[in-house]
Amino acid sequence: MNRIESVFSRLKSQDKTALIPFITAGDPDSATTVALMHQLTQSKVDLIELGVPFSDPMADGPTIQRSSERALKHHISLKDVFAMVAEFRKTDQDTPVVLMGYANPIEAMGYGNFVEAASHSGVDGILVVDYPPEESAEWVRCLNEKEISPIFLLSPTTSESRIKHVAELAKGYVYYVSLKGVTGASHLDLQDVSNKLSQLRAHIKIPIGVGFGIRDGQTARSIAERADAVVIGSRIVEEIEHSRAADLLANVGTLVESLRHAIDTKSGPSSDKECEI
Amino acid sequence: MKIYDLPDKCGHFGPYGGTFVAETLISALDELRRQYEYYRGDAEFQTEFFRELKHYVGRPSPIYHARRWSDHLGGAQILLKREDLNHTGAHKINNTVGQALLARRMEKSRIIAETGAGQHGVASATVAARYGMECVVYMGSEDVRRQATNVYRMKLLGATVIPVDSGSRTLKDALNEAMRDWVTNVGNTYYIIGTVAGPHPYPMMVRDFQAVIGNEAKQQMQEEYGRQPDALIACVGGGSNAIGLFYPYIGEENVRMIGVEAAGKGVDTQKHAATLVTGRPGVLHGNRTYLIQDENGQIIETHSISAGLDYPGVGPEHAWLKDCGRAEYVAATDDEALAAFHALCRFEGIMPALESSHALAYAAKLAPTLRKDQLLLVNLSGRGDKDMATVAQQSGISL
Repeated sequence: MNRIESVFSRLKSQDKTALIPFITAGDPDSATTVALMHQLTQSKVDLIELGVPFSDPMADGPTIQRSSERALKHHISLKDVFAMVAEFRKTDQDTPVVLMGYANPIEAMGYGNFVEAASHSGVDGILVVDYPPEESAEWVRCLNEKEISPIFLLSPTTSESRIKHVAELAKGYVYYVSLKGVTGASHLDLQDVSNKLSQLRAHIKIPIGVGFGIRDGQTARSIAERADAVVIGSRIVEEIEHSRAADLLANVGTLVESLRHAIDTKSGPSSDKECEI
Repeated sequence: MKIYDLPDKCGHFGPYGGTFVAETLISALDELRRQYEYYRGDAEFQTEFFRELKHYVGRPSPIYHARRWSDHLGGAQILLKREDLNHTGAHKINNTVGQALLARRMEKSRIIAETGAGQHGVASATVAARYGMECVVYMGSEDVRRQATNVYRMKLLGATVIPVDSGSRTLKDALNEAMRDWVTNVGNTYYIIGTVAGPHPYPMMVRDFQAVIGNEAKQQMQEEYGRQPDALIACVGGGSNAIGLFYPYIGEENVRMIGVEAAGKGVDTQKHAATLVTGRPGVLHGNRTYLIQDENGQIIETHSISAGLDYPGVGPEHAWLKDCGRAEYVAATDDEALAAFHALCRFEGIMPALESSHALAYAAKLAPTLRKDQLLLVNLSGRGDKDMATVAQQSGISL
């Protein structure tokens, strides 16, 4: 069992929902990113999504665009991202790390070199925003060779036949984009999410994470009642953007702990009384 | 050459093209592809398209023999396909008319567009006014500054121009922002991409609408000269005017096809936009194609005196035509383009767009190496009124 599977299997036995934070590698700088990753695990996240900065982040809203620009000021490359993951792995062998980014830096490096370096540094999975399943046959084959999980996005408009296609390719978990628009937008319909998740679960047998539009504990808790994982990106990146260097780790820690608490106090069929106490 | 039938059904031109977008855009693209595939073969749609091109755009555009300039250069005869005479002053309107007609049939009430020089924005604002649609144009804030006249033209036509402050604040960033708008408002919004780039079906669809240029030229050449030209020359930014001229000629193997990119301050400097001449394949804006990028795969800021060529990618069909050797790609510098701009003004009384001046610059280089009975057909893709401030500035004059 790999790290991602172990985490979800443990959570399932505890009837808990995974908390997955997103931060951009190199924002505000490389050393802080590694410290932030450790801070996140201390604040009890289950898996870390690490953004690979790109000059043209087409699917991201202004908050994550700006974080990418801050990282690129230091010319953060994929090699630097792998170095950060390797540094993190020196003292953390358990927390899965999933990279999230755009195709071109990978194209520039080449699939073979990429999977070699990713595997060597301790990366567990990767989501490439602009590699939809149709264009991913060779890519997924390369990831599978090194046992790196290909993570895919699903959206409110994904058709049944494409859900099946993703079900065949995806490993680790799938990432359901809970609303139309870009990251950081804020108009989430919980009923829609519930309906779509039941449709997805007919085909998708691995855990389903939900992200886009989750900005506070209350929404996180509601999502946690429906999904296997809650992904929070823009809200955390905002905290990084607005914190002074000296307070950054503590501020992010406080925010993530409050989200953790919210998610863990979800009401569910077996646990709704306990969490009132 | 065997019959050319690219792209394949998934939008691939050999290894290029495709649909490299986030999941959130896939269903919108699927819907667009289905609708376009239907209307592409629909006689009523095609009839309306050609009626609009004739009565609204003013087609066919003539082929003009630039005799004095050819004599001066002392070699091949230079013929100009006069897309500058179209309504709104450039080839861009061919495509926006086609896409607006499609948007109407898809019952979209709002159109959005990205623009660099502002020509595509103006062409989009124009058709939005013509068909009574809301229009929002995204434009890099740097381009808004450089192309103030076109910004005002769009506003006069009723469009909202949104300056984009992210990234390099130019065309590529405007395209990113338009994509973000589309993802958010896909229910009522149609995105008119202005060039043969972007995800499938855009490169094919924009090519089909622009192919009127080459189809007309083929007929006009036969009627007026009794033969086809020895070479076609067109400027290439994203590459829509070039593919419009080239596409109907792909099977005519005796006709050379030459695309001219922007060499800016020189292809050996960091300040150019010569994607096919200097770039490497990668993925940007929904398709795999040649890109100007650094060793880490980050897109590099480009430079050209002409905002319309200032783009780090290029249409995937050009990437394929380059690799398979059917078309040649060269580059002309800012200075060479400016010289050609002035030459055409003085020898022919025609003020070309700075974009088109790149094609003219290469024609001026090639013509003297050829015989006087050889014919070069240059796509004069737009007129230069919009560029007067830029040209004046180069001569140290402020208007």
